[in-house]
Amino acid sequence: MERIPIIRMGRCLLVTIQVDMYDQLAMTLQHDLTEQIARQGSEGVLVDISALEIVDSFIGRMIANTATMARVLGADTVLVGMQPAVAITLVELGLSLPGILTARNVEMGMALLDQVAASRA
Amino acid sequence: MPLVVVKLTRYGLQSDLDIVAARRWVADGAKEVGLSILDRTKVVTAASEIARNMVAYGKGGDMSVEIVRDGVRDGLRLVFEDHGPGIADINRALEDGFSTGGSMGLGLPGARRLVSEFAMTSTVGVGTRVTIVRWKT
Repeated sequence: MERIPIIRMGRCLLVTIQVDMYDQLAMTLQHDLTEQIARQGSEGVLVDISALEIVDSFIGRMIANTATMARVLGADTVLVGMQPAVAITLVELGLSLPGILTARNVEMGMALLDQVAASRA
Repeated sequence: MPLVVVKLTRYGLQSDLDIVAARRWVADGAKEVGLSILDRTKVVTAASEIARNMVAYGKGGDMSVEIVRDGVRDGLRLVFEDHGPGIADINRALEDGFSTGGSMGLGLPGARRLVSEFAMTSTVGVGTRVTIVRWKT
């Protein structure tokens, strides 16, 4: 079965989505990620979507739901690397991903997670 | 100017994985027409929304990917056709936030905003047909 890899980076988890998203894959990711957060005690999750050429309302909802699950478990999510054409299309579609932190790249996303962790401490 | 169909390819869409494949077929068509990256992203996203609707509510159906020309410009036309239950109130289905399936109801109205032309016809008990066009600008 196809899986999206989750890599541990210190107190954070890095999820790099490089394949086209479909229902089963999304559910597997949500399962794997929540398990990892609980087991590792992760404080943050970086979701890198720089390889995604489109984000439709299904993928957007899946990302938002995953971020909510992570938050309930005590981890903040930062979405990184969105392509400019994807950002324009998402907003025209009507999906503004409220409540989701975003950053240009993984490095800036890590810095943002550090800030958020510091503000919660 | 009459619209000429330069090339037509028809695909069957029945499952979740077919939606993933449909995105690739539409992206290839958009590249062939020469749409910009932004227009390609928009039309592929619109196609993904409509295809999902068709698979989720219309019991699956067909998608035609057509390269069209109206004399002065080239475009990509997509025709989605299913033989599902049909939609009783099309105007409501095209309202933001209207959903019977537990989603956010952005699919069809969102798709309409992303393309140059959008037409939808539906007959209860017969099926639904959605046609979209994205012209090369």
